[in-house]
Amino acid sequence: MKDELSTLQQTVLKDYKYGFVTDIETDTVPKGLNEDVIRLISAKKKEPDWMLEWRLKAYAGWLKMEEPKWPNVAYPPIDYQDIIYYAAPQQKPSLNSIDDLDPELKRTFDKLGISLEEQKRLSGVAVDVVMDSVSVATSFKKQLEEIGIIFCSMGEAIQNHPELVKKYLGSVVPMTDNYFAALNSAVFTDGSFCYIPKGVRCPMELSTYFRINAENTGQFERTLIIAEDESYVSYLEGCTAPMRDENQLHAAVVELVALEKAEIKYSTVQNWYPGDKEGHGGIYNFVTKRGICQGYRSKISWTQVETGSAITWKYPSVILKGDSSIGEFYSIALTNNYQQADTGTKMIHLGKNTKSRIVSKGISAGFSNNSYRGLVRASKWATNARNYSQCDSLLLGDRCGAHTFPYIEVKNNSSVVEHEATTSKIGEDQLFYCKQRGIDSETAVALIVNGFAREVMNQLPMEFAVEAQKLLAINLEGSVG
Amino acid sequence: MLLIQDIHAETDGKKILKGVNLEIKAGEVHAIMGPNGSGKSTLALVLAGREEYEVTQGRITFFGKNLLELSPEDRAHEGMFLAFQYPVEIPGVSTTQFIKTAVNENRKYHGEAPLDAVAFLKLMKEKMRLVDMDQSLLTRSMNEGFSGGEKKRNEIFQMAMLEPSLAILDETDSGLDIDALRIVAKGVNTLRNENRAILLITHYQRLLEYIVPDFVHVLYNGQIVRSGTKDLALELEEKGYDFIREESESSVSATQPENISKT
Amino acid sequence: MIDLSYIQKRFDQLQASHPNDELASLRTEAFNRFTRLGIPGLRHEEWKYTNVSNLFNNEYQQALSASALSGIDQSFLDSIRLPGSTDADELFFVNGRFISSLSSIRSSNDELIVISLPEALKSDFAAIVKQHLGHSNRYLEDGIHALNTSFINDGVFIYVHPHLKQPGDLNRPLYFYHISDVRDNHILSQPRNLIFAAGGSRIQITETFATIGTMDNLSNQVLEVVVNKDAYVEYYKIQNTVNANQISTTHFHQTGKSYVHALSLTLNGGTIRNNTNLILDGEGCDSHLYGLYLINGRTHVDNHTLVDNRQPNCYSKELYKGIMDEYATGVFNGKIKVERLAQKTNAYQSNKNILLSDHASINTKPQLEIFADDVKCSHGCTVGTLDENAMFYLQARGIPQQNAKALLLKAFAMDILVQIKPDRLRNYVEQLISDRLLINE
Ligand SMILES: Nc1ncnc2c1ncn2[C@@H]1O[C@H](COP(=O)(O)OP(=O)(O)OP(=O)(O)O)[C@@H](O)[C@H]1O
Ligand SMILES: [Mg+2]
Repeated sequence: MKDELSTLQQTVLKDYKYGFVTDIETDTVPKGLNEDVIRLISAKKKEPDWMLEWRLKAYAGWLKMEEPKWPNVAYPPIDYQDIIYYAAPQQKPSLNSIDDLDPELKRTFDKLGISLEEQKRLSGVAVDVVMDSVSVATSFKKQLEEIGIIFCSMGEAIQNHPELVKKYLGSVVPMTDNYFAALNSAVFTDGSFCYIPKGVRCPMELSTYFRINAENTGQFERTLIIAEDESYVSYLEGCTAPMRDENQLHAAVVELVALEKAEIKYSTVQNWYPGDKEGHGGIYNFVTKRGICQGYRSKISWTQVETGSAITWKYPSVILKGDSSIGEFYSIALTNNYQQADTGTKMIHLGKNTKSRIVSKGISAGFSNNSYRGLVRASKWATNARNYSQCDSLLLGDRCGAHTFPYIEVKNNSSVVEHEATTSKIGEDQLFYCKQRGIDSETAVALIVNGFAREVMNQLPMEFAVEAQKLLAINLEGSVG
Repeated sequence: MLLIQDIHAETDGKKILKGVNLEIKAGEVHAIMGPNGSGKSTLALVLAGREEYEVTQGRITFFGKNLLELSPEDRAHEGMFLAFQYPVEIPGVSTTQFIKTAVNENRKYHGEAPLDAVAFLKLMKEKMRLVDMDQSLLTRSMNEGFSGGEKKRNEIFQMAMLEPSLAILDETDSGLDIDALRIVAKGVNTLRNENRAILLITHYQRLLEYIVPDFVHVLYNGQIVRSGTKDLALELEEKGYDFIREESESSVSATQPENISKT
Repeated sequence: MIDLSYIQKRFDQLQASHPNDELASLRTEAFNRFTRLGIPGLRHEEWKYTNVSNLFNNEYQQALSASALSGIDQSFLDSIRLPGSTDADELFFVNGRFISSLSSIRSSNDELIVISLPEALKSDFAAIVKQHLGHSNRYLEDGIHALNTSFINDGVFIYVHPHLKQPGDLNRPLYFYHISDVRDNHILSQPRNLIFAAGGSRIQITETFATIGTMDNLSNQVLEVVVNKDAYVEYYKIQNTVNANQISTTHFHQTGKSYVHALSLTLNGGTIRNNTNLILDGEGCDSHLYGLYLINGRTHVDNHTLVDNRQPNCYSKELYKGIMDEYATGVFNGKIKVERLAQKTNAYQSNKNILLSDHASINTKPQLEIFADDVKCSHGCTVGTLDENAMFYLQARGIPQQNAKALLLKAFAMDILVQIKPDRLRNYVEQLISDRLLINE
C-alpha cells in the first residue's frame, strides 16, 4: 500500500483551471499607498466627501497598527508600497444591461462558468461580478428592484443609497477593527451591497463572483448585507485568480446585519490561486467577516469551503446580540502542497437564549498546515446560551499538520458549551474496503473525504454543493499519502 | 477459476497460512470451516489483496491470471467479491453513493458507460427486493450505526449489485437471525450458476443447509487438513474440532516439525 | 510598571554568597532570561486568562535564616501531615528551603537518596543532575519560570532506586510539605527540586502546601521528574490553602517506555497557576493526567497542561474537571502536541466544568497541534450547570435539594477521586471534599 500511495503522491496536482489571464485594458492608479492614492481612488469612484473622510480616518488608524503575528502561518513581509490599490477593466462608463458588457469580459466569465446572460435565469441566481477593483456587472437587478431588494455594487450604493451605507458601513467591523480591516476601510474599491426590506424573502440566491485579473494588484472588496425584520436572503460568494509567481493580497471585509427575525445565509466557495506545488505564488487571503444578529430571533449562518489561497486567515463570526438569536458556522478547509490556513469563527453570545453551532472539517495534505481557531464566549448576560462545536481534522500524509485552538469563555452559570475535536487519518481498512469493491485509491480517498465533509456540504445551496465537491476532489489529486 | 497452490502468508513476522492448496471451479460452492484463529479470514483477505498480509510462498491464479500481481481493485474488477467478516464504516458516504461509485468503476474497467440515474435506481430496487433491504439504510452513511445483521445484509446487497464471478463470504451468517439467514441464502442461491463460484467461510452447519456446498474443507493451523463433502460439516458439528486436532497433530508434526512447538 | 529591582538585589546577594557554585551559571543564564522576559502580562498567550503581575506588587522576602525556623511548632506540623505519614519519606520545605531537621527519610539508602542540589552536583550524581536539571526551561518560556531557576539553591535531588521486594511493590510514599511562613514578612518562596526515577523504579509522590501567618505569600514552585525506562510514577498535588498564591510547575520527562499517573487537586487558594508537563520522550510511554478544581470565593485556578508526544506509540489520557462557585474563576489550557516522529500516538483529553454561580466563570482552551498523520487524538470540553433532570430525579425520590446538589457534585468529582490510587490518600481527599460540599450548601 505504501508504494502505491507514494506513486499517487507523485501524480501531479491537476492544473488550476482558473489560472488564465484576461487581456483587457486596465485603468490603474500608481503603486503604493498614501493619502493621495486614497484621494485618487475616491475621486475615480466619484465618491462624496464623507466617504473620503471615512477612508482617510481608517488610513490614519492603519498607520498606527501592526500586522498580526499570532496566526499559525508564516510568510515573508508584505511590502504595502509595492501593491497597486486600484485596477479597473476599461469599459463603457455605464451599462444598461449585461448585454453591453465588453465581449472579452463576457468570454472570461463564460470560461469561469458563470452565466451573466439575463435570459439564463433558469439558474435562479443573481450575480454581481467584481473584477479586480470594480463591479463589472450585476444581473437580475430589475426583477429584484420590483420587490424592493437592492442588489448592486458598493460603488453604486454609495452614490444611490448613502443613508444606508452611512448607517451600516463599519457598524459590524469597525474601521480599525484589525490591521487588514483598517487597510480595507482605507482603500476598498468595490464589492456588493445588498438590502432586503422588511418581510421579504429573497426569491433567488444572490451571488458575487470575485476575480483578480490584473498583476501586482491587491483586491480589497467590501460587502455589506442588511436584512430588515423578518426577511431572508441566501448569498453566495466565489473567487478565482490567475496563476502568478508573486503573491497577491486579498483583504476583504464582509459585514452582515440581521434585524428582528431576519435570516442571512452566507456561503463561500473560495478557490483563489493557491500557488504552485513548490509553494510559489498564490493569494494571501486575509479577510474579516462578521455578522451581527441585531434583532430578536435573528439568524446568521456562515458556510465556507476553503480550498484555494496560499494563506488563508479568516474567522467569519457572529455577534449574537438579539435575544434567542442563532449563529452558525460550517467550514471545510482543505490545504495541500504548501498552503497554510488559519481559520475558524467567533461566536459572541450577548443576548439571552442565544444558540450557536460550529462544524469545522479540516483536511491537510502535502506539506500544508491547517489550523482551526475559534472563540465561543458566553457573556454574563447571555443566560441560557448554548453552543455546540465539532472540529475534525483529517491528515493525508505525514508532512502536513493539523491544529486546533478553540477558546471557550463562559461567564454565567446557565450556559452550556460543548466542544469536541478529533484528528485522524483515513483508515487503511476503509481504503481496502473501497478497493475490494473495485474503487481505486484516488476515487476512494475523494469519496471518503467527501463523506468526512458531508455535514458541511449539506449546508451549501445545491448549485454550489456540486461545484464544491468537485473542487475538493481536484484539490486532493496527487495528495494521497 | 481459482487455483491456490501452496500459499504461505504472514503478518508482523507471524506465520498464519502455512501452505494452503485449493482449487475452485466455475459452478462450485466450497465451504471452509475451522476453529477460531486458524486463518480463514486471512485466506479471504489474501485472496482480496490486503497488503497487511505478506505472501511469502506459493501461487494463486484467477481465470488463468496471476492474482498476486493484481491490485485489490483489479481483483474486484476481474470478478472477485469479498463479503467482510467485519464490514467497515465510512462516515458521511451514503450506501447508495458508495455502491453507485463501485458499480460504475467496475463498468469503466470493462469499457462500459456508467449507468444513468434511472437505470441505477431500477437495478437497486430490484436487488433490494432480493435481500429485503430496508430503503432507509441506503440513505444512511455506509455501515455507520448499522446493526450487525444490517451490515451483513448490506454486504450481500452489494454482492447482488456487483454480480461477481467468485464470491467469498466470510462468516456472513454470524449474528443473523433465522429470517435474515434465509434471505442471505436466497441472495447467494440466486447468484449461483454454472459460471460462478462461491466460497463460504462459516462456523455453522446451519448455513450449509440453505446453501448446500459441493465441498467442505477444514482449515486448521494455516493448512487445509481435511476436505470432503457436506457430510464433513455434519461430522464436525457432531464431534467438534478435537478429532481434527488430534489427527492433524500426528500427521502435520511428521511433515512439518516446526509446528510442534506452536500447537 | 512593577518595581522588581529588589529581585535584582536578592539575586546579586545569592550569587555573591555562592560564587563558585555549580548552579551559579544556570542561575545567571536564567536571570538574564527573567530580565528579558519579565513578568508575563495578559497579552502573553500562555497567561491570557491569569493575571500574575499584580501578585508582584509586594516586595517579598525570599529565603529565611535557619533560626527563624524554631518558631514553627510541632502541632502545626502535625496538623498538615498527610495520612500514613509515619510510613512515608517526608520532606519539609519552609519558604522554599529544604529543612532536613524537620524531614524524615525512612527509606534506606538503597531505596531512595535525598541530597541537596549543591551537594548533588559534587556527588556521583553530578552528571545526572547536570543533564536533567532545567529540562523544563525549554518548555516554559516565561519570566516566572526563569525567576524560579534564577534562585535555584535550596532544593533537593532525589534518586529513586529500583528496589522492589515484590513485583508491584512501591517504595514508601514520598511526601513534600511546602510551608510558607508569613508571620513576619511577605514571602516569595521558590522551591525547586529534581527527582530521578531510575529504570524500573516505582514511586508515589504527593506534594501539599500550607501557610503559617497572615502576611502575603507567593509560591513559585517547580518539580522536575525524570522517569526512566520501565519506571512507574504516581504523583498527587493537593492545594487546599486559603488565599495562597501559587505558581506550581510539575514537569515529567519520560525518557523511556514508562508510566506516569499524575493528579492535581485544588480546593482552596488565592490565584493559582499549575503547569503540568508530560514530555513523552520514549517509545510506548503510558501517561495519565487528572485534575479536579473545586473552588469558591474569589479563588482563581489556571491549569495549564502539555502532553508533548515526541516518540511513536505513546498513549495519553487526560481528564480535568472543575466546579466553580461564588466568584471563582477557572482556566483550563490543555495542549496535546504530536511531533513528526510520533506516529501511532493515541491521545485523549477532556475537560468538564460546572458553574454554580452567576458570578463564576471558566475559560477553557483545549488545543491539538499535530504533525504526524497516523494518530488518533481527540479532545472535548463542556461547560454547563448541574443536570436539572438528575436534580429533579433525586428530589422526586425525596432527597432535599441541598443534599441532592451535594450528591451530584460529589458524583461529578468522583471520576477524578477514583484516580487517587492509595486508599489512605483517597479517603483523606474524599473527606475534604465531602466537608467542603456540605459546608458550602
Ligand atoms: N494483523 C494481524 N496481526 C497479527 N496477527 C494477526 C493479524 N491478523 C490475523 N492475525 C492472527 O492470525 C491468526 C488467524 O486469524 P484469522 O482472522 O485468519 O482467523 P479466522 O480463522 O478467521 O478466525 P475466526 O474464526 O475467529 O474468524 C489469528 O491468530 C490472528 O490473531
Ligand atoms: Mg475470521
